[in-house]
Amino acid sequence: MEKIHLRIKEKFGGAVLSSHDFRGDETAVIRKDSLLEIARFLKEDPDLDFNVLMDLSAVDYLQFGETRPRFEMVYHLYSLRKNHRVRIKVPLEDGEPGVASLAAIWPAADWYEREVWDMFGIRFSGHSNLKRILLYEEFVGHPLRKDYPVNKRQPLIGPKN
Amino acid sequence: MSEDFNSNPTAGFFTSKIQEMVGWARKYSIFQYPFVTACCGMEYMATACSHYDVDRFGAGLPRFSPRQSDVLFVVGTISHKIAPVLKQIYDQMTEPKWVVAFGVCTCTGGFYDNYATVMGIDTIIPVDVYIPGCPPRPENVLDGLMKLQEKIQKQKQLI
Amino acid sequence: MLNMGPAHPAMHGIIRIVLELDGENIVKSDVEIGYLHRAFEKMSEQSGYLQVIPYTDRLNYVSPIINNVGYCMAVEKLFGITVPERCQYIRVIMSELSRVTDHLTCIGASAMELGAFTAFLYMIKAREYLYELMEEVTGARLTVSYVRVGGIKGDLPAGFEEKTRNALRETRKVLKECDQLLTRNRIFVDRMKDIGVITKEEALAYGITGPFLRSTGVDYDVRRATPYLVYDRLNFEIPVGTRGDNLDRYLCRMEEMEQSMRIVEQALKQIPQGPLQVDMEGKVIPAAEAVDEAKMGQTEKLATTRVAPDPTLEGAHKDQYPSIEAKEKRAVLPAKEDTYGNIEGLMNHFKMIMMGGGFGMGGHGIRPPKGEVYFPVEGGNGELGFYIVSDGTDRPYRVRVRPPCFPIMAALPICIEGGTLADVVPTFGSVNMIGGELDR
Repeated sequence: MEKIHLRIKEKFGGAVLSSHDFRGDETAVIRKDSLLEIARFLKEDPDLDFNVLMDLSAVDYLQFGETRPRFEMVYHLYSLRKNHRVRIKVPLEDGEPGVASLAAIWPAADWYEREVWDMFGIRFSGHSNLKRILLYEEFVGHPLRKDYPVNKRQPLIGPKN
Repeated sequence: MSEDFNSNPTAGFFTSKIQEMVGWARKYSIFQYPFVTACCGMEYMATACSHYDVDRFGAGLPRFSPRQSDVLFVVGTISHKIAPVLKQIYDQMTEPKWVVAFGVCTCTGGFYDNYATVMGIDTIIPVDVYIPGCPPRPENVLDGLMKLQEKIQKQKQLI
Repeated sequence: MLNMGPAHPAMHGIIRIVLELDGENIVKSDVEIGYLHRAFEKMSEQSGYLQVIPYTDRLNYVSPIINNVGYCMAVEKLFGITVPERCQYIRVIMSELSRVTDHLTCIGASAMELGAFTAFLYMIKAREYLYELMEEVTGARLTVSYVRVGGIKGDLPAGFEEKTRNALRETRKVLKECDQLLTRNRIFVDRMKDIGVITKEEALAYGITGPFLRSTGVDYDVRRATPYLVYDRLNFEIPVGTRGDNLDRYLCRMEEMEQSMRIVEQALKQIPQGPLQVDMEGKVIPAAEAVDEAKMGQTEKLATTRVAPDPTLEGAHKDQYPSIEAKEKRAVLPAKEDTYGNIEGLMNHFKMIMMGGGFGMGGHGIRPPKGEVYFPVEGGNGELGFYIVSDGTDRPYRVRVRPPCFPIMAALPICIEGGTLADVVPTFGSVNMIGGELDR
């Protein structure tokens, strides 16, 4: 069977910005508008059959040293029957309306997307309950962004040591 | 009042003996409230169980309600999200009460110098004994417990 | 509405479950986590690659070596290095011992919450034997930091095999006793059977892995699906349940412990021999003297003498290095005899330890090539994955941990809704929520 990332490129053409196979991890970088469509294809196509969403996260490329969109969503998918994995990346600019929520396709995405909202401040359209999960509601800011200083404490009680 | 004690040495002898007795009774019947959050909890469990038995010190019965316990063992990292809960539990305990900071995360924050961790619980509640270690060995915990017992014995008991 | 608040008697860590009750039955529930958020991912962006290893210990703190192995293998994948065979076997042995401690703690604590205090004491006793073993090898009981990028800290001590066999024999006795106490106990079975049921489809839809998924009937195990280290040479079974309830999870974990011990015994038989004995011919001088002589410049003698290692460096003698560390100058610290004995070793050590640019000394740190990798290992609760993005400098750009119990907690409302309040306790106990991993 040909490589997964080449298959996605072949089917979706312009929506796939790039793809690679670094150290054996198949990766495809896609445009954010076609995320839902490609996600549905990956789940329902009988040859690919990605029924498990393993991980959903984001990376902030502010200090990476290259000019590129600031954020990138990273989705790791796994197929139980076929035993193969793929990584889908979606570049995003800061301040955009955000990206579509995948909670309708894989319910696992629900809490992962809440965590990304909490840590990075990326909004997900179509998510029913987008509130903070690891930090408290009184916290201002999104800590995993590169411009949030690591020591900046916002205590609920006690001194700001 | 002090003139009475000075003029009547037997009364002074009795009160100090009573103080000692109450201190002895209190130190050997410690009811702990284990506020366990993180990895130190594993060493807390190990200290409480058969190998490094803590029951022989009279401290073997954890009470799971703050109103029924007298020593608050704060075990494991305290984050800013749970700090108000810790303060509430400390306030709910009745006098006399003592606090043991178990593990270096509770003493000073450990190596988690970031936006989410309280750098030492003594910024929120008063602490009596600090047990450092990451996690502390059970022998260290028993040593800390013995220091707490000494402190309880020497303390002025209000009866 | 009832709030099972953050500090509650179930000794599993802090979590808040808000329940909406109708009498004793649960109508709706909401799980709130994050009370142990310690910013692992942010701290790892501030530290060098090797300095992240103590932070990874404290993720799943009941099975610390599995986290270490996962992280180091992800960095090794970035570099593209493989470790020597003996080192792989040692990593497997220590991981499986960690897995046994994980399941012992989980079952012990959940049995205690149902009132079976004796089972808890027996299991913690068994766990102590394993902690003593780990202390012999690594130097610490709980937070070990044993694995390094490109190898491990030190070789196994002499007499390890004998001690392991003793420890495993004692653990098997304890497991047999607890099995007799719990598995056919009417009260235990009534409280665990058909409680907290989750179906196969729901579990897969939520991305659940590990014993939770295997109890529903899907035999997915990372050690079989994408074998790493030497798992493809070892013979073990994967216990699979049928009903997806608490009792099946308990039985899965008990059986997995037996399989882990089987793996350890096979690995001990198959492991390639280390150096037969550390070569102590010639003159033997204590390590401190060797360092002093090297500082004074008398390094010619050190080429012929043998150095007695200090207790903290036991197992990391130069002769043992080929079997425990990969031959990779960019990632592995040289043996202490080299560091103090010749200038190449010293420069290698210097370049790797001094962080880039600090004090203008031109140090290096470990610098993997630019890129990103994802490496899954089988943790105690399921698939523990590390996603590392490197930008070519000596600090990781992003370290992401895929926590195995995060999706399980997301699916917890499904398991407890429709049940009674008393069923929350055994269900929550069988989830094996580890706060360090869930909130990172």
